[in-house]
Amino acid sequence: MAENARVLMKGNEVLAEAAMRAGCRFFFGYPITPQTELAAYMAKKLPLIGGTFLQAESEIAAINMVYGAAAAGARVMTSSSSPGVSLKGEGVSYMAGADVPGVIVNVERGGPGLGGIQPSQSDYFQATRALGHGDFYMPVLAPSTVQEMADLIYLAFDLADQYRTPAMILADGMIGQMMEPVELPPERDASALPEKPWATTGTKMQREHNVVNSLYLSPEKLEDTNRERFARYAEIRETQQRQELMMCDDAEIVVVAFGAASRIARTAVRDARAKGIKAGLLRPITLWPYPTKAIDQVIENGAKQFLSVELNMGQMVEDVRLAANGRADVSFYGRTGGVLPTPEEVLEQIEKLAAGEAPNASARATVMGSVLPQPIDRKSSYERGE
Amino acid sequence: MAAPKTPITLPDYQQERIGSQIAEGEKIKSARPHALTDAIFNYCPGCTHGIVNRLVAECIDELGIEGKTVGIAPVGCSVMCYDFFNCDMIEAAHGRAPAVATGVKRVHPDNVVFAYQGDGDLASIGTAETVHAATRGEKITVIFINNAIYGMTGGQMAPTSLPNQVTQTSPYGRDVSKVGYPVRIAELLSTLDGVAYVERVTCDSRAHILQAKKAIKKAFQNQIDGVGYSLVEVVATCPTNWGMTPQDAFQWLRDNMLPYYPLGVYKDVTADGFANAAEAALERAKDCPIAQQGRGE
Amino acid sequence: MARIIVDDVHCKGCGLCVSACPKGVLALDQERITPKGYHPAKLVDPEHCIGCSTCFITCPDVAITVVM
Repeated sequence: MAENARVLMKGNEVLAEAAMRAGCRFFFGYPITPQTELAAYMAKKLPLIGGTFLQAESEIAAINMVYGAAAAGARVMTSSSSPGVSLKGEGVSYMAGADVPGVIVNVERGGPGLGGIQPSQSDYFQATRALGHGDFYMPVLAPSTVQEMADLIYLAFDLADQYRTPAMILADGMIGQMMEPVELPPERDASALPEKPWATTGTKMQREHNVVNSLYLSPEKLEDTNRERFARYAEIRETQQRQELMMCDDAEIVVVAFGAASRIARTAVRDARAKGIKAGLLRPITLWPYPTKAIDQVIENGAKQFLSVELNMGQMVEDVRLAANGRADVSFYGRTGGVLPTPEEVLEQIEKLAAGEAPNASARATVMGSVLPQPIDRKSSYERGE
Repeated sequence: MAAPKTPITLPDYQQERIGSQIAEGEKIKSARPHALTDAIFNYCPGCTHGIVNRLVAECIDELGIEGKTVGIAPVGCSVMCYDFFNCDMIEAAHGRAPAVATGVKRVHPDNVVFAYQGDGDLASIGTAETVHAATRGEKITVIFINNAIYGMTGGQMAPTSLPNQVTQTSPYGRDVSKVGYPVRIAELLSTLDGVAYVERVTCDSRAHILQAKKAIKKAFQNQIDGVGYSLVEVVATCPTNWGMTPQDAFQWLRDNMLPYYPLGVYKDVTADGFANAAEAALERAKDCPIAQQGRGE
Repeated sequence: MARIIVDDVHCKGCGLCVSACPKGVLALDQERITPKGYHPAKLVDPEHCIGCSTCFITCPDVAITVVM
């Protein structure tokens, strides 16, 4: 495939192709909808370039194979969808605790439990707060286009190596399943990848033994390792926030949305502008670190209200509220269970805010759970003739 | 005749402490293997983990593989064995050592990768990882310590606890009508095609310990030779949680453990005349056309 | 003549070497306490030590060096 040529590809397959171009030669995974094309693509392509695709017996085994391969110094990844990612939580915690880099892809579907197989963003909390036990974070990147699937997984491998941390791509079934033109990143020069002197490659009797470990029975030592890790997190927060701002220079109402929801919100913001409403879009690309500086900036620019639009019952809205810290009103609109809101639904919320009305037929949300979702129209937009 | 042995020497850290006590003209007959660090084992006095740790280290020394060996430590009493071996080590989550070993071995097929696991780790929480690493025929070496109890957490019932055995969580004895029967890992794994070698040994006497070492060495040699997945189950004691002296624990092992967990070789494809596990598997499936595809090419 | 040297850093006084010794030449030294608080093993009858290394083989803490 010629570099720099635009090709039409499916999001999940682009994740796989771009990962290989980023130098990933090892994939361990377990089948689950709606990410399976990624694994299938890896199964087909990795052996042809000297890599290893291995279908593990479980998500738990897969993430622990990732842990082992990463400890041995390889660029390695796994992918899954929501219920499977829950199973990976244990291994990701060990990776964080042992400072082992690796990439985890979550092509989200609805939950909780077995949930559904339609697109969702209901794993935001899990990804940005608590994929596993213990004090840790990891970079979480949220693509909103197939192009970004390529760009961000490429970046994820670099961030993981740079900061010795697991990193996550938080996509959803919509971006994973859709096809768009994409310009694939160039093949990374394997010899130019970061050196990993800490890796367990065998001492060759040339050095002290390397130990990859997350156990510290001394509380002081464990505290030290956590503090050291959080110093790295502080650097990531300072230097790695990423977002896209659209029409935010003079926006009074800023819609905050990522991934698939941002595609819908983008149309709604444009439509609001056409109606003379000073609306803008803030699209977080990094969900952790959260783009707090961008929130500061749009508030400085005059934003009075934020509307967090998500494919869940209101998760990221908490980060918007934390970042706004009382300087602007924050409300939420979302659909869940695999239901996608229409741009018109979002526009309606923006218009209500512009008119000074409480959005979402209830008071402006200040407490999670105070926002009752609108009754879900079971008809699809197609059935409604929209 | 065997090649002349290189003289046994003390590890550097014992030169001053022990070496200074050795008179000129005295020759060292037995000493700490170099593949062990100077870290004091965290095991209780009389715990057989230490014996097996030493056997593993001796095999690493004798095979000359310390520089290319990567060990995987489990969760359990041997959780801190990453501090005991001089080779590169990884500490795994509870039961996941075979998966971690798989990851390492797939990245560096020329490394020698071993997992060291206890019964709770290998035969309970990590059963899936164990069975699937074995059936995949991962070219790794697994050392399995079966002492019929969870030691680290203070003596709870293990998957291998014997019927009627009293533990903290089977205070009236293991009631097999309610909690089922012990898992015989050597027997279980020997049915899998990916497995090249499984032997059950013990460590209650000089002769048995020497046999255990032979088995462990073979399990490492198999990996070096690419023969396939090899596991050595060591029937071991837990004096502390069995509530016995180390000596009485050995007697209890002989009286109760060995009749339930008979010693011996459960699978050995090379002894059966095959070059490796894959060849033995092909032969076993000789009447299955699809399994024979590509054979003899 | 064979004898053993016990590394007090490692010996935990479990006595397995004492009971395994085919010649019965070992005992736990009740006069001494290791830094870890154990009575270490000791060769009490050097005349009869045959250097068979059974103590070394049985020692769970790899605390014994056998010399001849």
